Amino acid sequence: MSFLLEHLPALIIVVPLMCAPLCVLFRGKNTPFIIALAATWFALLCACLLAGEVFDKGTIAYHMGGWPPPIGIEYRVDALNVLVLLIVAGIGSVVAPYSRSSLLLEYVQDRAYMFYAAYLLCLTGLMGVAITGDAFNLFVFLEISSLSSYVLIALGFDRRALTASYQYLIMGTIGATFIVIAIGLLYQATGTLNMADLAARIPAHGYDRTIVAAFGFLVVGAALKIALFPLHQWLPNAYAYAPSTVSAFLAATATKVSIYILIRFLFTIFGVKFSFEVLPTGIPLMTMAVLAMFLPSIVACFQNDVKRMLAYSSVAQIGYMILGVSLVSVVGLQAGILHLFNHALMKGSLFLVMGALFYRLGSCHIDALAGAGKRMPWTMAAFVGGGLSLIGVPLTAGFVSKWYLILASLEKGLWVIALLVVASSLLALVYVFRVIESAYFRPAPTDAPAAEAPLSLLVPAWVLVGGNVWFGIDTSIPVELSRRAAVSLMGFGG
Amino acid sequence: MIDFVGLYNYWIVIFLAMAGLYIVIARGNLIKKLVGLNVFQASVFILYISFGKIFGGTAPIIEKGIKVYSNPLPHVLILTAIVVGVATTALGLALVVRIRQAYGTIEEEDIHVQDESM
Repeated sequence: MSFLLEHLPALIIVVPLMCAPLCVLFRGKNTPFIIALAATWFALLCACLLAGEVFDKGTIAYHMGGWPPPIGIEYRVDALNVLVLLIVAGIGSVVAPYSRSSLLLEYVQDRAYMFYAAYLLCLTGLMGVAITGDAFNLFVFLEISSLSSYVLIALGFDRRALTASYQYLIMGTIGATFIVIAIGLLYQATGTLNMADLAARIPAHGYDRTIVAAFGFLVVGAALKIALFPLHQWLPNAYAYAPSTVSAFLAATATKVSIYILIRFLFTIFGVKFSFEVLPTGIPLMTMAVLAMFLPSIVACFQNDVKRMLAYSSVAQIGYMILGVSLVSVVGLQAGILHLFNHALMKGSLFLVMGALFYRLGSCHIDALAGAGKRMPWTMAAFVGGGLSLIGVPLTAGFVSKWYLILASLEKGLWVIALLVVASSLLALVYVFRVIESAYFRPAPTDAPAAEAPLSLLVPAWVLVGGNVWFGIDTSIPVELSRRAAVSLMGFGG
Repeated sequence: MIDFVGLYNYWIVIFLAMAGLYIVIARGNLIKKLVGLNVFQASVFILYISFGKIFGGTAPIIEKGIKVYSNPLPHVLILTAIVVGVATTALGLALVVRIRQAYGTIEEEDIHVQDESM
């Protein structure tokens, strides 16, 4: 048992990675599903154990194959990436059972094993990005997750899913290539790829043009993968036309992991001094974050396809996270990281509810939802729960992170920003209410189906809605983890 | 002038990267976009390979009398990136085949017109 515990950082990656080809080998009727379920739940168990260990003892360093860094690849688990691991593994293990009853499997029919293989590869890639302590390894995992997510998006029922996936492939590859250019330049300047080593050697090397170029490529590349406004064009179509299962998984994890990359490079590798004092990164980031909070929210208010609306809302919510980062303070970073965690819960639950609605109604159009509140009370109640959290109503997770965000802005004396956060939440109120209005206050067409979505779809959605309420009331775990992460990122020890 | 010649590789890298990105942005044909993407990625391959090169260095093989050899690490790294590039291209081409089946065209504008008219 202690042997297993010692190798947890490797197992959390290796087990899902190995299970992906197993899904293809054992392509029976149920076997791929069972393998995927077992692998994702195992990953969640590992993530929880790792979180416990980080909580008690602090950072864990694991040397792959016993090779010490900088020669070997190091896996490094600290408060920041254990939180990201928890998000990815948690959402992954809620979405896996959901996928079985959603219409997706009937659509792909006898190729279901391929879906599960791609799903597990995507999960592995995302967790790998989070856990690795090696810059080039990060790129490889990023590409594993991206390639499999292009496949997953292309599975959508609509033919526009294909063009959306193609668009994402082009933008995503440009982003990832920018990141690899940055890593190459850093290697050329410092002669190392280990993140801890890079962090130590960059100040010694001096901030010359190579480092500045690497910084530029990295920020732009990461912003493309994050879908930071105005580089978000790929996201709305990709999330709107992907199957709901996939939208829920990717919306909750993929952009979050990209934000992790940005935070890791800006704060740990380049260091606060270079990123925000030598180079004026804070102001442009903050400007884009504020624009992202408003413009996509306004666009979201005019969308009639609810999934597309939620996708635009994702772009807006990314603005909050980047705003937290751009404040460059412990509370600001903490707010950004908290919102990363909470947004995964809310967007995950909302997309899962949309999948359940689509199952019964065959459409995600706002008019198709008319009267759904009476006919599918539990399904719509879950939407309301997730929506309230998205708006940031007290006693939901969304409130906690916005509260910290406002605190951080006031701490810096930026009361205008604090007001803007509140104002943009009102926009969220508008678009969430449009859906609620259609579902509860409009009469249903007479031929509409009158049954609740199946339990196998409702339970996962409610688990995430429950998470929204739970982490809105008992905030201790994410707040403490994000505080520790923020303190160590800002370089105050710990 | 010497600087310019010494940085010859890097000028090629910049030219290829810009040309590749330009094709991706300016062309509406989905296959041509993928070609542009490949040119862009190839520029990064050359960038990495140039990092590892040392003037007068040989291949990194331990032999008597060989003191100076190229840094093998960037070359190995870029081998991985080449594999990723191949996978991306393969997936992109597969998507183009499916798009052609669904829309009957691989021109971005025609696809856009069809989507709008729905």
